[in-house]
Formats: sequence, C-alpha cells, structure tokens
Amino acid sequence: MLSYLINGISLGSVYAIIALGYTMVYGIAKMLNFAHGDVIMIGGYMAFCSTSYLGWPVIPSVLFSIIVCTMLGIVIERLAYKPLRDASSLAVLITAIGVSYFLQNAALLIWSSNPKAFPNMVELPNLVIGDIQISSVAIVTIIACIVIMIALTMFTTKTKLGKAMRAVSEDKGAAQLMGINVNATISMTFAIGSGLAAIAGVLLCSAYPTLMPTTGAMPGIKAFTAAVFGGIGSIPGAMLGGILLGIIEIFAKAYISTQLSDAIVFAVLIIVLIVKPTGLLGKKMAEKV
Amino acid sequence: MKKFSKQTISGFVNYGIIVVFFLLFQILSATGNLGSSLKGQLIPICSYIIMALSLNLVVGISGELSLGHAGFMSVGAFTGVVVANSLSTAVPNGIVRLFVALFIGAFVAGIAGIIIGIPVLRLRGDYLAIVTLAFGEIIKNVLNCLYVGIDGRGLHFSIKDEQSLHMEPGGRTILSGPMGALGITKLSTFFVGIILILLVLFYIQNFVNSRPGRAIAAIRDNRIAAEACGIPVTKYKLMAFVTSAAMAGSAGALYALNFSTVVPKKFDFNTSILVLVFVVLGGIGNLRGSIIAAAVLTVLPELLREFQDYRMLAYAIVLILVMLVTNNEKAMAFINGKIKAVFKKLRKGEAR
Repeated sequence: MLSYLINGISLGSVYAIIALGYTMVYGIAKMLNFAHGDVIMIGGYMAFCSTSYLGWPVIPSVLFSIIVCTMLGIVIERLAYKPLRDASSLAVLITAIGVSYFLQNAALLIWSSNPKAFPNMVELPNLVIGDIQISSVAIVTIIACIVIMIALTMFTTKTKLGKAMRAVSEDKGAAQLMGINVNATISMTFAIGSGLAAIAGVLLCSAYPTLMPTTGAMPGIKAFTAAVFGGIGSIPGAMLGGILLGIIEIFAKAYISTQLSDAIVFAVLIIVLIVKPTGLLGKKMAEKV
Repeated sequence: MKKFSKQTISGFVNYGIIVVFFLLFQILSATGNLGSSLKGQLIPICSYIIMALSLNLVVGISGELSLGHAGFMSVGAFTGVVVANSLSTAVPNGIVRLFVALFIGAFVAGIAGIIIGIPVLRLRGDYLAIVTLAFGEIIKNVLNCLYVGIDGRGLHFSIKDEQSLHMEPGGRTILSGPMGALGITKLSTFFVGIILILLVLFYIQNFVNSRPGRAIAAIRDNRIAAEACGIPVTKYKLMAFVTSAAMAGSAGALYALNFSTVVPKKFDFNTSILVLVFVVLGGIGNLRGSIIAAAVLTVLPELLREFQDYRMLAYAIVLILVMLVTNNEKAMAFINGKIKAVFKKLRKGEAR
C-alpha cells in the first residue's frame, strides 16, 4: 500500500514536471503545445546518447540533455510558433502537431524504431524500510520535483523575469505597455518548459527504461490531462494535478485493472471537469458580454 | 427557370466533385492505370472524407474543438463488424448486410455521442477539447479489452478474456481484445463509399441552411446573444455533436469492413488529429475544402513514396509550411495576386 503510494507520487512527479511545461506555455501563449511530449523523448535520447555512446558520467549528460532541449524549445518557438502569434488558436494547434510529427519522425530516422534500453542514471541503493523497498529512482524523482517546484515558485514571484512572465500571461497588451519584451518572455517560457521536459525525459526513462520515438506521446497526453486537471495556466495546479494523476494511475493499475487504468485516469478527469469546469485550482473567469 | 441561390450552386458543385472523382477512378481502374497501392486507398479515402465532413460539422459549424473523433469512428467500426459478422447467415446478400452494418454502426456511435455530448457540451473551449480527447482514449481502452463472441444463443460480451465469454462449442469470437476483429469479410465497395459521402454531404449542406443549422451557427458566433434570443443552446449543440458522431460511426464501419483485421489501437488520438488536420487545412467550415484536403492528404504519403523513410518527415514539414504560409498575410496576398494575374492573362487571351 505504502509502496504503491510512493510509486504513484513518483510517477506523478514526472507528470507534474511535464505538466509544468504545458501549463506555463498555455498560460503565456494560450496554445496547446502538442510537441511537448516529443521534446521529452528527445531529452531521453540525448541523455541516452551521451551516456551510452560517449560514455559521459550522469550529471554532464543530464545537463547536456537539458541544454539541447532548451535550445530545441527556442528554435521550435522561433520557427514554427512565432510567425503564428496572431493566428487562430487552431492554426497554432495544427502547427504544434506538425512539429510533433516532425520530431517523432526525425527521431525515427536517427535512432530507428527499435526500443533502446535506457542506462540506469541513478546508481544508488534502494531504500529499505522494514519490509518495503523503495527504488532510488522514485526518491530522486520526488526530490527533483520538489526542488523544481520551489525553484519555479521563487522564480515567478521573486525575479524580474518571472514577474514579467506572469504579467504577460495576465494581459499581453498591458505588459507590453509597461515595457516588457513580450516576444522574449514567450521564448523564455518555451525554453524553461523544454528544459523541464528534458529532466522529465531522463526521469521517465530511468523509471521505465525503454526508449522509442513514441515514448513521449502518451506521457505527454497524460501530463496535459494533469495540467487541465489542476487548472491549466496555474503552476501549483499542474503540480497537484500531476501528482494526483500519478497516484490514481498506480492505484487503478494495482487494484482494478492494468488494461483499464488509462480509462480510469481519464474518467476521473472528466468527473472533475464536470463538477469544476476550470480544474482543481483554476481561476474562474467572469464572462464579459 | 427558377434561379438557384449561391449556396445551392456551391452544393451542386460539391456533389459534382465527388461524382467526377468517382468516375475518374472508375476509368483509371478500368484502363488499368491505377496502382494497386492507390486502389487499396480508395475506401479509406472515402471514410476519411466522411470523417472530415462530420468533424467539420462540430469544429466548423458548431465551433467546438473535438479531439476524440476517432472514438466514434471506432465505435462505429466495431459495431459494424459485429453486426456484419452476426448477420452473415441471416442476410446472405453482402450489400444489404453492409448497409445494415453502416446504419447500426452509425446508430450506436450516435448513442455514444449522446452519452458523451451531455457532459462534454457543458464545458467550453480548451476544456471541452481535452474532455473529448479523454473520451476518445477511454473508448480506445475499453474496446482494447472487449471480447465479443457469437454462438447459437446469441452474442456474448466480456471485458476479461476469451474464456469468460462462456460460449457453446462451435461459437466464434468476433472481437478479441487488443487483437481486434479478425477475419472480417470485406463488404465495403468504393461505390457504396461514394454513395455514403453523397448522403452525408447532402445532409450537412441542407442541415446548415435549416433552422437548427442557423441556430447552431448563431450559437457559434455569439453564444450569449443566441441564448438571449431564446435559442436552446445545449439542445442544438447536442444535435450537431450527435449527428457528427453518427456520421463518424458510419465512416468507421465502412473503413473496418474494408480490411480483414482491425485493431482498436488504429483509432487512437493520432487518427483524431489526422482528421482535424484535414478540417483545418481544408478551411474550417468549408465542406469542399475538407473533401479535397482529406483526399489529398490520404494519398500524399503514397505519392511521397520516393522519399521512402523521409516521407513522414516531408509530410510534417509540408504541414508546418502550409500552416505558416496560409496564416501569413503577406504570403497569401502574394499568392492571391499571382493567381489573379494568371486569370487576368487567361481572360485577355479569351477576349482576343
């Protein structure tokens, strides 16, 4: 029971980190970035290549993966999303899907569709309390999630850039009038989101060590669900949503049915949204006529 | 002679395109100029055209983003397979059986549309999109562990495994969980596909100009104003959603009865997105655009065959570039200018 709970929180932490990327981008650019899941996959492959092919130690390869994904995030934003800043949200959505196809197929060409065995990134002994065993990956994931959460909260409330980010997500026009560089802020949000995706990629592949070009797709969708679950656009909401989703998924797998666990996760999401249409921590917007 | 309105003419042009499309491919296949890979694509093209038309009813005319349309296609597909399979002795005529399967597939998908539509349509915007996505995934998951068998006593259902169907000896399994439906008798024909497209097109074109159709467009343009005018918002939205679901169901049945095996994984999120891409690229709310985009984009990966491994990459790049160009005013002005210049030249040539 306790080990299920810890596993759930650990999986949920990964979802939460991915969901942060979704929710920040949505909050600031009002777009659903469907390519986010594939950035996770690229992050996983980068860490895989640097450890398996180049023989780098763990920390430099994780940093390498983060840097590559951050650059990738900025490039994607510049080339594909920036020209569409004033276009309809559906046009941006389809472009994001195009980017997602592109990344998946590029990965397919570079690394082929054969699953790669991801090396163990966390070489620590498992924690044993009494007769339950907790994997070190789970603990590292949870700690990483807490650190990221604290760092991100500090960033958005204390630093100038973070405040600019919140201002842009609240009101783009007004923020621009206050002298904030809106485009640079949006690019930065993409960069942070993609960097987080790289961390999530490494953690996800450490917990489930098979890496394929489609690895990012399903966690991406689920993390997106988590972001909506917690109230999209809200950073604590993404955290809460992610962790709850992870716990629900693990418990559904353990006690109800492995095959139906995804269906149960989505069913819970639907029920929450019907009761509270803006998600758990979402802000209620007054409608102007 | 009675003068037709612009809309009626545009509608007839659409029927004309479909009929020409049909005749063209009939001639091509009669003269043996049709490659076998393209021949195999004809019925999938028909079902994707129907999918695109039906999704356009939700996205374009009702203005709601649905990301789970493949779920309805899936419901229709597997219902169609079960119906066609269980009626194989009662109704020996293939065409009749196909029509029954299409109809029941559409009906069951429509019921799924009602069940999903009632909670979903309470939500708005991106939240509605994510819930349709969630329902699509739920349908896929449930069908992925659904077992259906038939024997002398009738149909048996189970969501555990084949043994728990408790069939009499001699019964046969129609759906077997993640393996999907095996040994389907191919009933779909290109001709029936074309008839189905014409029916769907006829329905949508008349629906848009009917009283409910105008009400739905009014809700899309301004929900609050429409509500204030006394239009029952939920009722009309549900009407569009359920109609669209039923059409998707018939498309699914047509699609499934064209192959010998169909797996539930085929109708996943990516399929929903694919259909959405047809609708958006064809122009939201533009039926003719949907038809052309669905046909071209289904054939495109085949045409890009020379790029081999790079074809999906090329597809992705084409998709991004098309979105960037069509949303760039300068680029569009340039292209429109070019097209106009060409037409001007042609006209001048004619005048001479």
